[in-house]
Amino acid sequence: MEERTRTIYLDHAATTAVDPRVVEAMLPYFTEHYGNASSIYSLGRETHKAVDEARRTVADILGCKPEEVIFTSCGSESDNLALRGVSLTQREAGKGHHIITSPIEHHAIGHTCEQLEKHFGFEVTYVPVDQHGVVDPDEIGRAIRDDTVLISIMYANNEMGTIEPIAEIGEIAREKGIPFHTDAVQAGGTLDLNVDRLNVDLLSLSAHKFYGPKGVGVLYVRSGTPLLPTQTGGGHERNRRAGTENVPYIVGLATALRLAYDHAESNNQRIAALRDRLIDEITAEIPDVQLTGHPTHRLPNNASFVFKYIEGEAMLLNLDLVGVCAASGSACTTGESEPSFVLTAMNVPPEIAHGSLRLTVGRENTDADVDYVMSVLPGIVQKLRMMSPLYAAR
Amino acid sequence: MEYSELVIEHFQNPRNVGIIEEADGMGKMGSPVCGDLMEIYIKVDNNHIEDIKFRTFGCGAAIASGSMASEMIKGKSLTEAEALTDEDVASALGGLPEKKMHCSNLAASTLHKAIEDYRNKHDEDKG
Repeated sequence: MEERTRTIYLDHAATTAVDPRVVEAMLPYFTEHYGNASSIYSLGRETHKAVDEARRTVADILGCKPEEVIFTSCGSESDNLALRGVSLTQREAGKGHHIITSPIEHHAIGHTCEQLEKHFGFEVTYVPVDQHGVVDPDEIGRAIRDDTVLISIMYANNEMGTIEPIAEIGEIAREKGIPFHTDAVQAGGTLDLNVDRLNVDLLSLSAHKFYGPKGVGVLYVRSGTPLLPTQTGGGHERNRRAGTENVPYIVGLATALRLAYDHAESNNQRIAALRDRLIDEITAEIPDVQLTGHPTHRLPNNASFVFKYIEGEAMLLNLDLVGVCAASGSACTTGESEPSFVLTAMNVPPEIAHGSLRLTVGRENTDADVDYVMSVLPGIVQKLRMMSPLYAAR
Repeated sequence: MEYSELVIEHFQNPRNVGIIEEADGMGKMGSPVCGDLMEIYIKVDNNHIEDIKFRTFGCGAAIASGSMASEMIKGKSLTEAEALTDEDVASALGGLPEKKMHCSNLAASTLHKAIEDYRNKHDEDKG
């Protein structure tokens, strides 16, 4: 086994390092152009201009109007604003109290839906997913009722990378006049975000997934979509989200998004090639392992698996000891009492779901990184299997 | 997860992994559905644990707990082994995060089961 002193980071779905060009774009807004964007004097007007430009950059990539872009503090806040903002207004207008979503959403959607159900009188339908985690648009159609006020389905799943049929679902939602939100946090920076092609009315993004800083996000809201603000105060973001604009971070988000989409095709190709190497080589060299998520319609960076007979956290610790950063959905990793709810929704049995491993490739990864992973992972899996009563009893 | 150096050491180089053919006692606890399962095998001679082996399907803390418990107990009397608690194992490891205490509990309980199995088979041997 090679001696490696550097870290091989393969957890880009969790977060990414901020691109140095993004840092450079942000810096002037801390000590030089620090004015409050609402202030009358020129110091304020120039930061207002920076926020405007950032907004236009985002609108350009989303194919929407600048005034349809709201800057938030993160993807979770965007999700909360979308869900609460729409459902509460709709209910007040007498439209109903039913929400449709999937069982594989990020907790920012799932836990918010739970709260809306438990404390705000809403009913939530979780449409099933197939064994690849794909939502069937027809299931959404069947779930729609007269009192459905919102549909929310993630663009791509963070755990196993499956890309959902957002445009088809959006078409169905549009036919019925129901606002449709997509959590695009994992897709942002990688997949097409054009809101008209996607047929969405609301869309969430988070900068730290595409080489921007943590602490800033976007919610796109199509004009005419009812939205009750969740954070009230000064009239920021056209009275939709109060709070003095986080100018350097907003500039950071826009810069990172622009950089991502300027080179999306070539980046995606390169990253997908590394992902495919991981998928092909791991499934070829290690027995009793299964790829999770859709085999082809998946994020270019996501190589996620379940390994039979062993447990995820033990794999991660062993990988960490040799410099590899990865993730798992096992109970012992997440601190919950059950394995990944995403894998469970895909009918992966719990004892197998505990053996999950997620590798998500990024810009700085190389073929040498994949070579290294292949030099250490089979040995780690075998060592853990030799210790496992389940392996012995197979 | 905050793991002590000792936990990492036991996890990297677990002691006494394996089975004992024709063991004098065997304990098995936990469940694959829960994500942790442990087996402990003991060889008893003159009311002392002559040999001990363990296997586990579980996380780092489970592996380290199994390893540490086996090391603490080898050569000890059955009575001493029966008195082993999850806190003993966790302390010996330099502490375990609160959420992982159930792993040291698994090791201690599985050991007790192994001894119970031995006692059931050898009723006349009182420790």
